[in-house]
Parts: sequence; structure tokens; C-alpha cells
Amino acid sequence: MFVELQDINKSFGNVKASQGVSFGIEKGKLSALLGPSGSGKTTVLRMIAGLETADEGEIRIDGKRVNELEPRERGIGFVFQNYALFRYMNVYENIAFGLKVQKMSREEVKNRVEELLSLVELKGLEKRFPNELSGGQRQRVAFARALAPEPSVLLLDEPFAAIDAKVRGELRRWLRDMIHRVGITSIFVTHDQDEAVEVADGIIVMDKGRIEQTGTPGEIYRTPKTAFVAGFIGEPVIIKDFGRLKGFSAEGYDHAVIRPEFVEAFKSDNAHFKKILPFAEKGVIKDIVFRGNTYAVKLDVGGMELVCHRSLERRPIEIGEQMNVIVYRLFAVKGNDIELMKNGNLGDDSSDQLEKYLYGDSGYFVG
Amino acid sequence: MLSVLILIPLASVLLKGFTLSPQRFFEIITEKNVICAFLTSIGCAFLAAFINCVFGLILAWTLVRCDFFYKPFLDGLIELPFALPTAVAGITLSKMYSDTGFPGKYLSAIGIDISYTHAGIVLAMVFVGIPFVVRTIEPVLRKLDPQYEEAAHIMGAGSIYTFGRVVLPELGPALLTGFGLAFARGIGEYGSVIYISGNSAKAHTQVVSYVIMQKLNYMDYEGAAAIALVMLVISFLILLGINLVQIRQSRRVNDI
Amino acid sequence: MTDRKDNAKLKGIRHRSIERVLIIISTIFAAVMLVLPLGYVIVQSFSKGAAFYLSAITTENVISALQLSLFAAGIALLVNTFFGIMAGILLTRYSFRGKQVLGALIDIPFSVSPVIAGLSYIMLFGRTGWLSPVVDDLNSLTGLGVKIVFALPGVVLATIFVTFPFISREIIPVLNAAGTDEEEAAGLMGAGAFTVFRRITLPHMKWALLYGMILCTARALGEFGAVNALSRTRGETFTLPLEVDALYLSGSADSIVAAFAVSSILVLMAMLLLVLKTFTEYHMNKTGRS
Repeated sequence: MFVELQDINKSFGNVKASQGVSFGIEKGKLSALLGPSGSGKTTVLRMIAGLETADEGEIRIDGKRVNELEPRERGIGFVFQNYALFRYMNVYENIAFGLKVQKMSREEVKNRVEELLSLVELKGLEKRFPNELSGGQRQRVAFARALAPEPSVLLLDEPFAAIDAKVRGELRRWLRDMIHRVGITSIFVTHDQDEAVEVADGIIVMDKGRIEQTGTPGEIYRTPKTAFVAGFIGEPVIIKDFGRLKGFSAEGYDHAVIRPEFVEAFKSDNAHFKKILPFAEKGVIKDIVFRGNTYAVKLDVGGMELVCHRSLERRPIEIGEQMNVIVYRLFAVKGNDIELMKNGNLGDDSSDQLEKYLYGDSGYFVG
Repeated sequence: MLSVLILIPLASVLLKGFTLSPQRFFEIITEKNVICAFLTSIGCAFLAAFINCVFGLILAWTLVRCDFFYKPFLDGLIELPFALPTAVAGITLSKMYSDTGFPGKYLSAIGIDISYTHAGIVLAMVFVGIPFVVRTIEPVLRKLDPQYEEAAHIMGAGSIYTFGRVVLPELGPALLTGFGLAFARGIGEYGSVIYISGNSAKAHTQVVSYVIMQKLNYMDYEGAAAIALVMLVISFLILLGINLVQIRQSRRVNDI
Repeated sequence: MTDRKDNAKLKGIRHRSIERVLIIISTIFAAVMLVLPLGYVIVQSFSKGAAFYLSAITTENVISALQLSLFAAGIALLVNTFFGIMAGILLTRYSFRGKQVLGALIDIPFSVSPVIAGLSYIMLFGRTGWLSPVVDDLNSLTGLGVKIVFALPGVVLATIFVTFPFISREIIPVLNAAGTDEEEAAGLMGAGAFTVFRRITLPHMKWALLYGMILCTARALGEFGAVNALSRTRGETFTLPLEVDALYLSGSADSIVAAFAVSSILVLMAMLLLVLKTFTEYHMNKTGRS
């Protein structure tokens, strides 16, 4: 592990910002610290950078304890949330700042800055001041500036927060590719799960100063390990009394987390569905939200509110219409533990079964 | 209302100044004691404004960045020169630093005279000017995002380098505005200066305001108006300078 | 590793020691430049005993000066509050040609020497002034003998002049920051202009207005240069600062102590206003200058 945190504790007065935080990041990997605001993710990042000191525990970079080192001695590059570009310096001076401090010769500084400018494709903008740049260009300058002194770890605090939603997607891919190209071990903080899933090689989910789960984006999404992660990732709907759903028993559990992809809704006037009709609930469409590539359909099933996605290719539906609803999986929650629970009526491979029922043998949408 | 109260009276001074023949005008403003008064006022005000920038910066810094139990008290004191009548400040400073006053007695014993010298004028101008500098720097410093300093720090800059290259440029416009305000106030200052200055023509310790007042007392309205005209032009130029700086500042700092 | 720890500790100490040095410099500056003079006034004013102090501040001249000071400050406060609010609203809620010029003009009294302010009123209303024929005509018409220069109206006018910008200068940033959304919303819901002002605008600028009024009062009570130019008669048109000046300049040891005694009244008023100001500031911060 290139960057390693071990049992880190940190309090601000009565607020426990970090409690027993431990994780490791492999060399060259891009990791995301994901969590809601106030989860302590930024504090962890700032402790790695040395902008805050840990009360207890050890932080190691490249096997070396760095707790007592000044930020500048840790070999770290930092991209701030609003980039913190020096307003009274132009692009060139901003990038050169960390190099001049190292007492590099003028020639060396010039070469390094030019190298970085071409890396981030900002050649020709050396003389511009930060307020003359677009949000994306500022991010690139901040990136280049952080990389200039050749740090071994790059830390980024909400790197996309200051960017328009429109270009955010493009910049995410740009930053991911750039970091992989440079090959620098990087950690970024975000509260946006799409961002974490799309950009990171690994995700560390935090809540209330604790680490909830670490893993690849796929692992985090498919197999949440704690109630918090299940309720945070995806588009979760929390259902209290889920024992009322056919095929489930709520005994011993607090509540269930149901994602839209766990729910299927279909009209009943089709012979195909005869076999599964007995397992379905009756539901009424409350709301239909057009999402571009799908509809998000809100259903009222006996007082429970469920959400499912529906392909645009299927038969049109309208608000108030009666539907048959099948939930074929859910996360049953007990305390902070969760369990994936399958619909008992559909047998072991519930999703296969459902698919066969819904699409028939032709594989064509019929419901 | 603005025009009745301020513009028309000021315009009348300008008119009076302009009705003088150019020769007479130059005669008046090039009188030896008038030139000396201008040099004294401008020189002392400049020096005082500079001293105020140094101490104003330190005071603003401690008020924003440091924590100590009597901070609210110190904070309240800053406006004292605003609230204290200038005449009261004037006689107090003059008496304090004369050779019978409290620190003055000991200072003159070691050969430092403050009252009735240029040092006294500067001292009085520092007194009246300090709130302007502190109160212009303070809000800017308070709003200054610590991220700038953190960024410099991570990239390896030491405290002094960071202050010089990152913090000072951010404070620059505010510092300049404060300087301008204190400078303008110093040049025009009357009440707090006239007692401590001694007003000796020989020692060049007359300030412009004093000379104008003197001419008024002798009913020499022409002379007073001519000198006032020059002074108005100077204050106008300072005011213009401050506004230009503020415009440039708001343009540069826009939306980042 | 222990080396590093010590190293880090040393650095921490260095930061704290810089901070301590700054606090010490600030404290010394404030003590010498601000607290010391204040204490000096009090010590001096009682240097000839309490009885002398009492008799010094109850002479006819002092009482008359106190009355005039309060009167002039009161009028200046009224006039400037009214026009300060007008100017503030005009400059933040309307756009018209020359708006920026007007904004700059309002600040003129800040950068003009008070002596020049006094001079300008003499130029205007004095014996050879541009408007003195008008004043004379009005006087002969109405049969009144109103004098402006070297009389009460002059003192009041000069006080208004030097305190003119204080209130508008405090409320303009607050009005700008508050924006027009709420006022427009109220207007759309059918509130009249005065209701909008009373219910929306006034609450927004309440504390800033009070702050400006306090500064205005303090400056009005303490004004010296402008009033000095326009006032000649001790016991009639002298304000407290002028009385202090007269006592101090008459030069005898007794009168100098009396000057400090009278000053102590002004110091007391200044301190009172400072406390009020701190209280107002506290509220301004609490309501968030949003």
C-alpha cells in the first residue's frame, strides 16, 4: 500500500470528525472518498496533506510515517475545491510557484511549466489571469500547479464542485485519463456517487467519521455491506413494513432498501403473465418522470411507495393506471447489517425467472 | 440637498479661487510659508499614512487571525479616534508629549522632542488615521480564503514567502485604499494637529488647515480660497485614486 | 522519529511565537496611542481635585456650549438620517445618469478638510459672500435679522456638512447586499411603496442605519475645524470642542486643567457611543450581513 492510514482519530471540540479510520491505497490508483457532507471525508484528505493533524493513529506514505512532517515535506499535490488559484498571478506564475520555492533555476522552471502546459493542453494561455479562464481551464491550471513539484500523491477536494453540470461529465473523463497517464497515486473527495463510480478505481465510503465500506465501484454498488451504504448508493427507497410484500418475510428486520432495478411493473391483460399474476401486488401509478432514456415510475402499492424504471420501448402508461408489481429482490436491514433477500415465490434465480415471464421466449417486450 | 449643502458652498470656494488673477493666485500659493505648509501637511500625512499601514495591518491581522481574551476590547478601541473629538485628542496628545507630560517628560530627558515638532504632527495624524486603515483591511482579511495560504504552504512556501507573495497581493488594494483615506484625512486634519504642531513658521510646523484658518481670522478670504482651491484639487486627486483602485480591484477579483 | 517530533513542535512554537509578537505589538500600539491619551484626559481633569472639576464643567460658557453641541448634533442627525436614507435608496434602487458621480460626491466631506467646509460657508453667506445679498433681501422682507455665518445656523450647517456621508455610506452596502428580490415580491403582492419600505427595506438596514447614526452623532459632537471657522462668540456660538480650545489656549494652568475637565465630558460621550457602536456591530453580525 502506497498511502496508508491506520486507526486515525480526530476531533474538533465535541465533534468526532474521524473515528478509527483505516485504509490503504495502491500505488498508481485513483481512489474516491465518498460520503455525504459532514461525513469527515475532507478532514481525512486534509490530514493526509498535513493541513490538519491526526489526534491518534498513523499516516504512512510510501512506507514512511508522515504524521510529524510539514505539508511541504510530504511530497503531496493538492487541488482545492475552488482551486485556490492565486488571483494576482497569471497561469504561468501559478504553475511555477511551487518550483520557484524549490529554488530551481529559471531555465528548469520554464521547461517544467511548458511541459505541464502542453500536458493539460493550455499552451498559449500562460499570460492569462485566473478570472479570464473558464471553470474547466481553471481546474486544469490547478491540476498542473499541483503536479509541478512532482509529488508522489495527488489529493483533490471536490474537484468538480465548481464546474457547470454541462461540462462536468467531459471533465471527469479528462481528469481520469490524465491521472492514469501521469500514473500518480490520487485520492479525491466527492459527495456525488456518479462521480465516484465513473472516475475512481476504488471507492472508500464514509459516514459520520467512520469508514463504511471500501471496494471497487462494482463491489460497492452491487454488494453494499452496511445499511448506510445500501441507503446511500443507487436510488434507494426505504420501506418499513416490507413483510406485506408477497414473497418476503420482515420478521427480525428493521426495514428494507429497495432500488428501482429490483422492481418490475406490468399491465395484466396479457396471457404471458398468467403464471406470475398470483405473486404480484396491485399498484397504482402515482407519478411518471421522464428521464430521457427511461421513465421513473412512482407506484403506490398498498400504501408503500415504490419506484421502478421503465423502458421507453414498452407500452405507454399513464398516471392513475393499475399495474401489477413484483419486487424480486431487496436489501433487508437489521441495525447496521444488511442481507440480500430474494423473492421467495420466484425461486432461486429470481431475475432469470422474471425475465422469462416478462419477455416470453421471443425476448420481446410485452408488458 | 446634496448640492445645497455641499456643492454650492464648495463651488463658491472654487469660484472665489478662480476670480483671482492668475498672478495673484500664484503669489498667494507660492508664499514661503504656504509652500512650507503644503510640504509639511503632505509629507507628514504621507509618513503617517505609511506608519498606519504597517500598524493597521498588524492590528487587523491580530483582530482577525489571533485569539486573546481582551480582543473585543481592542476591537472597540480602534474606533476611538473616530469618536473622540479632534480638539480633545489634540490638546491631550500635545500635553502628553510636551516636556511636562507623562511620556514627554522622559522622552525629552533623553533628547526626543515630539510636541511642537514634525514628529508631533505625524503622531497626531497616526492617531486620527489608524481606524481607516484597520477597518478597510479587516473585512478583506476576514474574507480571505485560507485555501490560498494552504496551497502555498503545500507547495513548499514558508510563512514569510507566503505572506509576501500570496497574502499581501490580496490585501494590496485594501491597503492602498486605507492608505489613501488616512492620507486624505491627514492632509486635511486640523483639530488634533494644531496644538501639537506648535504652528511655528520658522520651524515649518504649520499645516495647511492652520494657514487657511489664520487667513480667515485676518479676513483674508482671497488667500484662504486660493489655498483651499489647491487643497481641494489634491483631495480630489486622492479620492479619484482610491476609486480607480477600487474599480480595478472589483474587476480583478470578480467571481473567483 | 523523536527528532521529527521535536522539529514539528519547534515549528508549532515558531508559529505561535509570531502570533504572540503580533498581539504584543498590537497591544502596545493600542495602549500607547489609544488608552494612554484617554487615561491622561481623566487624570488631568481631576488634577486639581473634584471641586475644581465640578466648578470647571458648570461655568456658564460650558453649559451653553454643551447645549449648542447637543442641539447641532441633534439637527445634523435628523437631517442626515433623512437624506442618508434618501441617498442610499436612490443609489441602490434606481439607475440614472450620473449615478456614480453622485456616489462619489456624497463622499466629498470625508476627504475635504473641515476647515475648507467652514471656509466655503463663509464664502457663500459671509459679508462678501455670493448669497449674502439673498439673505439680506430675505431679512428685510421678513423683518428678521437672521445671520448665518458666525451664528447658530452656520454652526449647524457646518456640522451637517462634515457628517453628511456617514449614514448613506453605512446603508448602501447593506441595501446592495439585500438585493431587490424581497421588495419586488412584496410589490407584486400589492404592497405600496411606503409599506415595502417600512416592512422590507427598513428591517434590512436597521442595524446599519443605527450604526451610521452613531458615527454621525459622534462626529457631530466632536467637530472642530469647520465650526471653528464659523463661530466667533464664546458663550453664544461655541460648541464644546470650541470651549475646550478657548480654555486650553488661554494658557493659565487653571484653564488648561479646566479644558481637560470639559474634554472629559466629550470623552464620556465618545465612550458611550463606542459601547453603543459595539452593541450595534454585534447585532449586525448576528443578523448576518446577508
